[in-house]
Amino acid sequence: MINLDFFLEILFPSLLEGLIMTMQLICWSIPIGLVMGVIIAIGRVYGNVLVSFFSKAYIIFFRGTPLLILLFILYYGFPSIGIYLSPFVAAVIGFVLCSSSYHAEYIRGAIQSVRSGQVLAAQALGMSKLSAVFNIVLPQALRRAIPGCSNEIIYLIKYSSLAFMVTCIELTGAGKIVASRYFTYTEVFLVIGAIYLIIVSLATKLLNILEERASFPGWENRK
Amino acid sequence: MENFIVIYQALPFLLQGIITTLGLVLSALFLGFIIGVPLSVGQVFGSSWTKKFIGIYIWFFRGLPILVLLFLFYYGLFNMIGLNLSAFVAAVLVLGLRSSAYQAQIFRGSIQSLGQGQLLAAQSLGMSTGKAIWNIILPQALRLSIPGWSNEYPAMLTESAVTYAIGVMEVLTRGNFIASRTYKPMPIYLTCAIIFLILSYSGMKILHILEEKVRIPGFEE
Amino acid sequence: MKGPEGMNQKKELILRIKDIHKSFGGKEVLKGISFDVYKGETKVIIGPSGMGKSTLLRCINQLTFPDQGTIWLRDQEVTHHNLREINLFRQKIGMVFQDFNLFDHLDAVRNVEIALIKVKGMKKEEAREKAMHELKKVGLGKQASLYPAQLSGGQKQRVSIARALAMDPEVMLFDEPTSALDPELIGEVLGVMQKLAREGMTMVVITHEMGFARSVADEIIFLEKGKLLESGPPEILFYQPKYERTRRFLFKLTELYGDLNGKK
Ligand SMILES: Nc1ncnc2c1ncn2[C@@H]1O[C@H](COP(=O)(O)OP(=O)(O)O)[C@@H](O)[C@H]1O
Ligand SMILES: [Mg+2]
Repeated sequence: MINLDFFLEILFPSLLEGLIMTMQLICWSIPIGLVMGVIIAIGRVYGNVLVSFFSKAYIIFFRGTPLLILLFILYYGFPSIGIYLSPFVAAVIGFVLCSSSYHAEYIRGAIQSVRSGQVLAAQALGMSKLSAVFNIVLPQALRRAIPGCSNEIIYLIKYSSLAFMVTCIELTGAGKIVASRYFTYTEVFLVIGAIYLIIVSLATKLLNILEERASFPGWENRK
Repeated sequence: MENFIVIYQALPFLLQGIITTLGLVLSALFLGFIIGVPLSVGQVFGSSWTKKFIGIYIWFFRGLPILVLLFLFYYGLFNMIGLNLSAFVAAVLVLGLRSSAYQAQIFRGSIQSLGQGQLLAAQSLGMSTGKAIWNIILPQALRLSIPGWSNEYPAMLTESAVTYAIGVMEVLTRGNFIASRTYKPMPIYLTCAIIFLILSYSGMKILHILEEKVRIPGFEE
Repeated sequence: MKGPEGMNQKKELILRIKDIHKSFGGKEVLKGISFDVYKGETKVIIGPSGMGKSTLLRCINQLTFPDQGTIWLRDQEVTHHNLREINLFRQKIGMVFQDFNLFDHLDAVRNVEIALIKVKGMKKEEAREKAMHELKKVGLGKQASLYPAQLSGGQKQRVSIARALAMDPEVMLFDEPTSALDPELIGEVLGVMQKLAREGMTMVVITHEMGFARSVADEIIFLEKGKLLESGPPEILFYQPKYERTRRFLFKLTELYGDLNGKK
């Protein structure tokens, strides 16, 4: 029943299409999520009362709400207030909202762990507060946030599979359609699992290299 | 106004989902703990083969999306080996196994942060390695793990919503059911979101209290 | 196996260390060390760091397994046994570590009693009583319910001494017990050790506290490059060492730790 032909003729072509969709989802969501995360974190730490409050609420809400609900709201809920999003756009927005809130929390922690003496020293040299934040604090904080953010990126790669729940046919969805038509769940999802393992392992390697590149001497010993 | 009526009418049905959600989350966390602790011990103290095997287990369960794991086990593997499980039980098993991989990593980190000295000291008093792990290493490692472990609860909570995909009657599944019937998706989904936020927040509070309770005096991190 | 009889009638042999070899990754750290320890004796081991002193001490209670050589505790061979029997020997060989290694999740008295309960199978009340007794002996009766993180370094080290003593060991091994301590706390620990020695405890001590060595040691062993270069009573080794290397090492020590009388 299941033979090589099934894999070569049916499964792999659909998985390839799904994989391309997955890649698009990831490639849009990761960078936008990161940028949003940095902005929210800065707003959280340095913003005025209102901005800080808004950022905090953002982080709490999007971290505490299951991503799947966000996706449902964006895709099934928004039309009722007159906003129609394509499955792909709804998924990307959901991923960005979710991952940026996690990034923001890691970056906030990192910013606050940079010793206050660093800013004082910069200001003593005549730097403005803003300049001190961008030139002294952020370069240190972002490095420090790398492990957490890396983790979040890995999560995002895996969570991209949830796009299928709002009918965006990515890797998992493509597999599910084939699996239920031919009733070959085990085989199909083992193959899909292997693909995710490869993507995730590659991404982990890459992020580790990045982390090593970004470190500087004496880095590990600093509190 | 209309929205509030919808929410009001849906609430009892949604709240029943909390029992399912919490049951799922707590059982899976417990299962993950029961499996995760021995895994972490094996990873630190086991033979090189044990370490390799556990490493692969962890790599597998951490590397796969939860949705793929659910599909693979519920529709695939469990059926293949003749297990006919309800969606709920299957979900507990899948989330639990997956959590065991994450928990094992947390515990391993804590065990390793204790350093060699504690084990050596216990052995120098004549304790067997097993006794030393049980009486000296684990009580400390588990305490050290609490902050990391506390994050497992909200993570598991948000992930539990994905079991909607195999039809577990948790909060979101019920919300979806009503949303599709009443054509009022926004208020329903937002209510679901708030339920999850409350569950997450109150759970964290309880964990914090627990954390304070088991703190070792004078011990900072 | 039957242990060798001491040649001296009056001396009771406690430990015999014979031809101990140990390598780590091809690097030979111990190259055949032998010496005997008699009852009530205090042996002090000195030598440059990284030369295998700790390794030697750990070989004695089998925390490290020597590649070659034999160790006897009284007339019983300690080496070449299974782990169960080794655990029995370890109960009779107390050990005190440089960095204390107190169990951080247990308060002082429970640190002392845990092995009594879990290893010796003693009843809880009995163990508590014994533990309190040992704590009082090291002057910490009042600190019994404090956790390691609430104790000073000197107090921690005294608890760890009490913990080892509670097992009623035949011999105590000390691995640089004062070198992790602030200078003003060293005295209290050395004081406890001095008292132990006076009361007839058999001890093997790695230390660079020359004042202590001079006043307490029956014999000093100079370990260098994995070999026992020379040994002898403090008066001889300190003032008329056979080897230039010993003299040079002692000279460096006096620069670091004060003169041989323990004064700076
Ligand atoms: N478990 C081990 N694995 C590898 N090398 C070790 C180990 N223990 C000790 N060594 C090495 O053996 C040498 C002697 O160490 P040690 O006995 O601690 O010396 P000392 O106590 O005299 O300073 C050192 O070079 C050390 O690096
Ligand atoms: Mg040493």
